[in-house]
Amino acid sequence: MTTLTMPGSSRAAPGTAAGPGTVTGSVHSWDISTGQDGPGLRFVLFTSGCPLACAYCHNPDTQMMRNGTPTTADEVLTRIHRYRSLLGGSGGVTISGGEPLLQPEFTEAVLKGAKAMGLHTALDTSGALGDRASDELLEAADLVLLDIKSINPVLYRDLTRGPLMPTLRFSERLAALDKRVWVRFVLVPGWTDAPEHVERLARHIAALGNVERVDVLGYHTLGREKYAELGLEDRLARVPAATREQVDAARAIFAAAGLNAP
Amino acid sequence: MTATPVLDQRPLTDLDPWRGFATGPWCDHIDVRDFIQRTYKPYDGDAGFLAGPTARTTRLWAQLTEMFPREREFGVYDIDTATPGSITSHGPGYIDRELEIVVGLQTDAPLKRAMMPNGGWKMVKDALDAYGYEADPRVREIFTKYRKTHNDGVFDAYTPQVLAARKSGLITGLPDAYGRGRIIGDYRRVPLYGVQRLIEAKQADHHALDAKPSTEDVIRSREEIAEQIRALKDLLTMAASYGFDISGPAGTAREAVQWLYFAYLAATRDQNGAAMSLGRTSTFLDVYLERDLADGTLTESEAQELVDDLVVKLRIIRFLRTPAYDALFSGDPTWVTESIGGIGTDGRSLVTKTSFRYLQTLYNLGPAPEPNLTVFWSPALPEGFKRFCAQVSLDTSAIQYESDELMRPRWGDDTAIACCVSPMAVGKSMQFFGARVNLAKTLLYAVNGGRDEVSGAQVGPAGPVLEGDRLTYDEVRARLDSMMDWLARTYVDALNIIHFMHDKYAYERLEMALHDSHVHRTMACGIAGLSVAADSLSAIKYATVRPVRDERGLVVDYETEGDYPTYGNDDDRVDAIAVELVEAFIEKVRQQPTYRNAEHTQSVLTITSNVVYGKATGNTPDGRRAGEPFAPGANPMNGRDRHGIMAAVLSVAKIPFDSARDGVSLTTTVTPAGLGRTRPEQIDNLVSVLDGYVASAGFHMNVNVLDRETLIDAMAHPENYPQLTIRVSGYAVNFVRLTPEQQRDVVNRTFHGGL
Repeated sequence: MTTLTMPGSSRAAPGTAAGPGTVTGSVHSWDISTGQDGPGLRFVLFTSGCPLACAYCHNPDTQMMRNGTPTTADEVLTRIHRYRSLLGGSGGVTISGGEPLLQPEFTEAVLKGAKAMGLHTALDTSGALGDRASDELLEAADLVLLDIKSINPVLYRDLTRGPLMPTLRFSERLAALDKRVWVRFVLVPGWTDAPEHVERLARHIAALGNVERVDVLGYHTLGREKYAELGLEDRLARVPAATREQVDAARAIFAAAGLNAP
Repeated sequence: MTATPVLDQRPLTDLDPWRGFATGPWCDHIDVRDFIQRTYKPYDGDAGFLAGPTARTTRLWAQLTEMFPREREFGVYDIDTATPGSITSHGPGYIDRELEIVVGLQTDAPLKRAMMPNGGWKMVKDALDAYGYEADPRVREIFTKYRKTHNDGVFDAYTPQVLAARKSGLITGLPDAYGRGRIIGDYRRVPLYGVQRLIEAKQADHHALDAKPSTEDVIRSREEIAEQIRALKDLLTMAASYGFDISGPAGTAREAVQWLYFAYLAATRDQNGAAMSLGRTSTFLDVYLERDLADGTLTESEAQELVDDLVVKLRIIRFLRTPAYDALFSGDPTWVTESIGGIGTDGRSLVTKTSFRYLQTLYNLGPAPEPNLTVFWSPALPEGFKRFCAQVSLDTSAIQYESDELMRPRWGDDTAIACCVSPMAVGKSMQFFGARVNLAKTLLYAVNGGRDEVSGAQVGPAGPVLEGDRLTYDEVRARLDSMMDWLARTYVDALNIIHFMHDKYAYERLEMALHDSHVHRTMACGIAGLSVAADSLSAIKYATVRPVRDERGLVVDYETEGDYPTYGNDDDRVDAIAVELVEAFIEKVRQQPTYRNAEHTQSVLTITSNVVYGKATGNTPDGRRAGEPFAPGANPMNGRDRHGIMAAVLSVAKIPFDSARDGVSLTTTVTPAGLGRTRPEQIDNLVSVLDGYVASAGFHMNVNVLDRETLIDAMAHPENYPQLTIRVSGYAVNFVRLTPEQQRDVVNRTFHGGL
């Protein structure tokens, strides 16, 4: 694991936070990439720790907060500042995880700092801890990438070991704030692909009115090796990757509900 | 053999060939750039105007593609073993005379290769042996008894030190047995001026030397110019054998394409150069194509057809080389590099519709490694062109990008790439190609007192093997410094010898005839194994590295404990080591005198020899095992770049261009999903990556957009992927023509993907 520390910068010890910049978070890693975490070229910060334990989590090594590297918001922002001209066009900064809302103060400090640099900001969350996000935190996020794993509470709990309601409540709060939202839905064959569930989810999302797009991500098996390495049980060991056709069928359902599902 | 000219094709028109062209200095003296600047029309639209292939193009290309499987199976399609190649050695040859609109082959039949023994008889003999051919005894006698070759000359002058460094693999790929290549004739001069005018200009240059005292330099110049004039006359003869009189300027677009191709063809008949690049021709030809389109004598489909036909011809350029050479370079590359796009010094984009038409050939004929299409990228390029380039990369992985922002201020806006990453002002500068030294192995020599870690032979200057049970950065770096001093001396020695002999025995008479008589020369040195050396030094500096000695007392392995920063993560601690190595080596090279006072330059480029370099190099302190491939070019080591595509490329972008003006090569692979969910997003994001890289002073980027699964499937079922093209290191290859070892190396590289 590599740390965010910049050469020459001093590291504040965890628990010594004095101001917003010195709030310390538990960080898994970072990268600068394109593709999946919001528009354009983005700095993506992966925090450590997640209250859910999704069966298909492809970063199971980010689930435990104590596995992360203590890092101050200032350290993160120093690195983001280094890339501000690269990120300044159509890109920006995304804070992802893990679950960033497990560390709301740290998340807020990073989002605010990035926004203060004039960068586009995105929060990537499951919404399970949406109640912990202050209005001020949400104010600092230009876009929320919201994972809704399933609309069925029983299935949701089976998949994530957590309750569905906080996520739905959070989605409604974002709608009330008229926040820009992209919903992400992972299609797991045999688990989340029942058309009636997808249709119900589509209706819920469409009714919110503020969701700009729905990305249907096909379940893939590339994370499997990580489970073996970490000695974790892979509950989806027998589940095949989603096919193109399965993904397209789900997209069609979202599109039929009037949603943009590219 | 010279065919009787049948002048049935001329004149296509009685009109003034320069009609409608804005006049300027180019009318009075040879100045193609001035012509382009005064006449071309920048195009800032999108790709909507492009035409697909005509039925004729498709039929012609199909005839050739039917011949490729046999060539792939046997290594060559056919060889002419009786007639050594020259500009006039072979009469006219055709693929299908009825179907071709641009004519001319290197020999009398497509894919038939010629012997070119001036570089060295051994290369010819080994190639013939390998493919089951035998040279005509008379030819063998001439080149072994009466006619000395470049290769013979070099080995007359090599020093024992050069021989030892060459044998151990410390210095490899030297052009001492074959044509050096990397010289770009300004082939555009032929259509613009006609050959007669070029001969007259060269005669004037020769006369200008009359009054000079006959020193060695002046004598050599006179002889070279006389050879150039002879080559231009041969070019006339060659064109006449196809029924064309190219003594005057081309009068139509079709003539311009044909004249230009004849000039290039003559160069490939004259020289088996390692890289025979084309230059920067698309915007030049655009002037002719647009004139005929405006006159109504040409349609868009016909304009595209001309470009397609030219590209068909460029795709079948072939040289006789040994299987070992082909294994080193992955397939059968010719580096017909064409430079496209860029911005002029006046701020206008040099993108024209023909820039698009060249890229369109990858759709009309399908993807292919040649010609090596190279886009000069600038954030200031028109959006429509940027997006089309990104789209073509997504669809074909067949183009490479080089920073116009770094080249234009140094060589001007009529620069082209020779081979992979070597910029030169077209017709005004050339390079002495110098292959590369193995920097990772040099580091091991520094530890082992100049002894080779594999053979145990004393190659470098003798010193004690490093003592102690832990390597310290200061000591290793100091030892490396003296080893690099010795290496730079030995290396430039070798290059001086090679280029002296190449000029003497295998002079590029036609290519140099298409240069100004006074050219700028560079001595193009190179380094391989940069990321291995940088990571190894980082391990020594930031972690604990213990040497492991064998029974000979040599350090043959390293035990590394602890974390250390690796190159490819935008971490200044280690990137600074890479930068410092590059700067240190060029400084040492610059202290060596060069043949013909060439300017010292350096590249960080491996071509595909990263695999063979790795094979020849023992365990390294970064944990790389003996025999494992290096990363290609200036790439981070596979899997050690852990912070996404941009962090990886930013590390590479730190290598200062002025310490590596012969180019810094980066090969990236990104999965389609790693670029975005939808196609427009993928295009936008690739444009952002390229803009960001060039704005961060990155120089070169190969862009592959591929899934690993595709490559694995292609390894298992090559028959399903005949045209699968991937960028390797400054050029592209057919994936299915790589050796299994090279295929595995490509599959194991970092794929920047979205999950």
